[in-house]
Amino acid sequence: MTSTETRHDVLLTVNGVPHRLNLPARRLLSDCLRHDLKLTGTHVGCEHGVCGACTVLIDGKPTRSCLVLAVALDGQEITTVEGLTNPDGSLGCVQQALLECHGLQCGFCTPGFMTTIEAGLKQQPAPTDDEAREMVAGNLCRCTGYQNIVGAVHRAAELKRDSR
Amino acid sequence: MSTQLFGEKVPRVEDQRFLRGQGRYVDDVLVDTPSATLHAAVLRSPHAHARILDIDVSDVIDMDGVHLVWTHEDLAGAMAEPLPLLIPHPALTHGRTQYTLAKDTVNYVGEAVAFVVADDRYLAEDALGRISVSYEPLPAVVGIESARAAENLVHDDVPGNVAARMEQNVGDAPTAIDAAPHVLELDLSIERSAAMPLEGRGTVARWDHDTSRLQVWTSTQASTGVRAAVAAKLELDLGQVDVICPDTGGGFGVKINHPWPEDLLVTRAAQVTGQAVKFTEDRREHFISAAHERAQEHHIRVGFDDQGRVQGLDVEFWHDNGAYTPYGLIVPIITSTQLLGPYKPANYRVRFDSLYTNTVIVTPYRGAGRPQGCFAMERTIDAIAAHLGLDRTAVRAANLIQPDEFPYDQGLIFQDGRPLIYDSGDYPAMLEKIRKLIGWDEFEQFKAEAEAEGRRVGIGLGCYVEGTGVGPYEGAHVHVETSGKVKVATGLTTQGQGHQTAFAQVVADTLDVPMEDVEVVTGDTRRMSYSVGTFASRAAVMSGSAMHLAALRAKEKALRLAADALEADEADLKMVDGSVQVKGSPSNSIALGTLAVLSNPLRYAFDKASQAATQFSVGDQDKPPVDEDDEPGLEGRDFYSPNRSTFASGMHAAIVETDPETAEIKILRYAIVHDCGRMINPMIVEGQIHGGMAQGIGGALYERMAYDDSGQLLNASFMDFLMPYVTEIPGEIDVDHLETPSPLNPLGIKGAGEAGVIPVSAAIAAAVENAEGFSITSMPISPAELYDLRQRHAEHTSTTSARPPKQDGSGEESA
Repeated sequence: MTSTETRHDVLLTVNGVPHRLNLPARRLLSDCLRHDLKLTGTHVGCEHGVCGACTVLIDGKPTRSCLVLAVALDGQEITTVEGLTNPDGSLGCVQQALLECHGLQCGFCTPGFMTTIEAGLKQQPAPTDDEAREMVAGNLCRCTGYQNIVGAVHRAAELKRDSR
Repeated sequence: MSTQLFGEKVPRVEDQRFLRGQGRYVDDVLVDTPSATLHAAVLRSPHAHARILDIDVSDVIDMDGVHLVWTHEDLAGAMAEPLPLLIPHPALTHGRTQYTLAKDTVNYVGEAVAFVVADDRYLAEDALGRISVSYEPLPAVVGIESARAAENLVHDDVPGNVAARMEQNVGDAPTAIDAAPHVLELDLSIERSAAMPLEGRGTVARWDHDTSRLQVWTSTQASTGVRAAVAAKLELDLGQVDVICPDTGGGFGVKINHPWPEDLLVTRAAQVTGQAVKFTEDRREHFISAAHERAQEHHIRVGFDDQGRVQGLDVEFWHDNGAYTPYGLIVPIITSTQLLGPYKPANYRVRFDSLYTNTVIVTPYRGAGRPQGCFAMERTIDAIAAHLGLDRTAVRAANLIQPDEFPYDQGLIFQDGRPLIYDSGDYPAMLEKIRKLIGWDEFEQFKAEAEAEGRRVGIGLGCYVEGTGVGPYEGAHVHVETSGKVKVATGLTTQGQGHQTAFAQVVADTLDVPMEDVEVVTGDTRRMSYSVGTFASRAAVMSGSAMHLAALRAKEKALRLAADALEADEADLKMVDGSVQVKGSPSNSIALGTLAVLSNPLRYAFDKASQAATQFSVGDQDKPPVDEDDEPGLEGRDFYSPNRSTFASGMHAAIVETDPETAEIKILRYAIVHDCGRMINPMIVEGQIHGGMAQGIGGALYERMAYDDSGQLLNASFMDFLMPYVTEIPGEIDVDHLETPSPLNPLGIKGAGEAGVIPVSAAIAAAVENAEGFSITSMPISPAELYDLRQRHAEHTSTTSARPPKQDGSGEESA
């Protein structure tokens, strides 16, 4: 980055870990996560907020990280796919459900689906089939045809209920 | 013997890293060393057709953080020559390829004009904005009609915009049609679409001055192809270039083309700057500078008897190949041959023109010409049924190749230059299955009930045969380490198909080792330097077979070593769960890892296991430590190279409802019967079918490249190019399988990757036609287009005679 660009101090808490960063204003959150914090689990599929691959949770709310400037998030909490794994290293419920249901192929869109489902199940812990489809209706997948992703939403809900 | 894994729904081993966000895709490579990595961006032509008068880069040269800026003038030697024409064909009389960076003219919006490398992508894009190019716009050729009219030419030296003209004949179709009791003519078209993987293209390269070696990571379907192309263009020895295909976010065909201009520019820039250089394509770039497919117009003349048996089929079609032909004629050749599907017309003639337009290049997209061919053939069969007033399944049944007719020679030359001979299949059984699965016989009643409620519903069918597993070959290398772990490599690449799982299943079965001890690497030229690539539904057939053969070699050697070690006859030995055992004497066994130790006579011991392998401990004193016809190590390497392709098949059926007011098209039910021979992992196969079908629905109802007359792509974003979300895909898809093994490979497998997409447009067009009562001849079809068709059809019927509109009529009799 050149010295001519004005930089800003920000504090981002990502997956519970605070990071003090000095960033140019135009740095997208997606680029900040991937390039500054090396959290490459968040993928960029379209850079215009349509595909949902880059979805992360900002203070628990699913958000397209390619449409947000990192400097605008000073003091906020961000959860990425890397933060969905249990503290003991085992797969979280949503991750486990996608594994069991073969809900992924190339894995590129998967992180965005998982953060979306993670947030969705907080709102609707026992979704109907229509609700499960609605939950993932803003994310594009080019591999799976979605059948097994919808199945994974139900399975994740089950796993979450069982783990309580 | 442990449980056989072949045929089991084994969970995928690659998922662990993908689910944890630990996949390593090309844009993730070297992210840990950001200061050492530079970033590239490409200035692209804003004109579809123009002469470049001047390029001024003076404002960029002194920019902070910019390391280099190149135009065509900065390239030399092979880099300054046009890109390779990958698949030359004798019929491709006027093949043309683009330059790495445009020289003198540009021929599509998106063609690479200048290249910048900077500290980061933001700065590289800033720099692009400061490059000034003056163009003299030329008239653009957009669409097949404009290409055929040839009032303007894409390339001055290509008359009529015709890159190639090709014809194949079986028997004498024109004469047979003239002699047939019934004749129909149809015009059928399919629009441009694209593979559109969620990860675009990307390449990272690092040049090592100390060893004079180039390391390349690229999101490709053919790493050995990229290696050869980069070596040729950079004028390096093949042995100086390593190409690795990391985790890849989908390909669906578009990543088979190579080298992309960026592959060459990035690798050269890495050499020149001495730093790693990365190019990551953005979505708009993918729309305007990767590749598209599908656009074709077909004219069909068919002669048939009273039972609907095709006596002569004459097909002429026009293929839009875009501005250049790097991938040759593969797509139209596939259409021209695979159009026949499961049928056996007595006489067949096919002719096509492959035409230049000032649009993005055309290379195979999942299905690769088959969706168009299937659409043309299935629409024709439906038209025959409508004309004769016969059930559409009855006309299909009358034309099907029968199970006792295999191997069936269609009398044509296929895309691989080999005869189009179907190896196996059972199409009548498949037709029966799909009829039951969709409820064909019950549909008339459902339709009557729906119509009584003012609803419009329709049913349609699409049948296809897909040549899969084309040659020339793939190989595999199996290495049993002294730990007993089995390291396996094949050269073709993976874009999400689960190869690490499927191939591990094959190897684990052949060697009888636990699946978790098998680790598969794909697409790394350091591990397997001979390979062709991942396309044409060939990975399971080609590399799966090679895996089996290579593992058999390792097994032979393990048994030979074990016979010595156990002082037993090889015939009395068997592999059991990671060791070799004397039959009937389980305690008399030796672990594969120990055999690996024994296979490599050592001078130096470095651990306990290797102590057992030093020359003082091993071997017959009267023989050399490594026999003349042997080599050290417990390894197996082999290649699978079939005589010709193996032919998978399938049938799809759709029930749709069309809204009488809004003309919205809704899929009520969808059923699939699929035959890819023996399935290695049915879970993976079903996933492939689901995904293919979803892409097919995109192609049938939503996806099209909207070019305006000046060659601007108006919908180059996911906002406007409508890929299906979950809301566009039916909630339930019924899938049934038939498994007719291929006799051509040791595992009896056929390819499954592309199948799901092939007949979707055909089936949905048929269903919409059945619901509406007038012909559907062009896909995709939007609600607006269906609405217009209704209007036109209403006008047509009100201005013609009082004759009631013909139900399901899709063509006019011309004889």
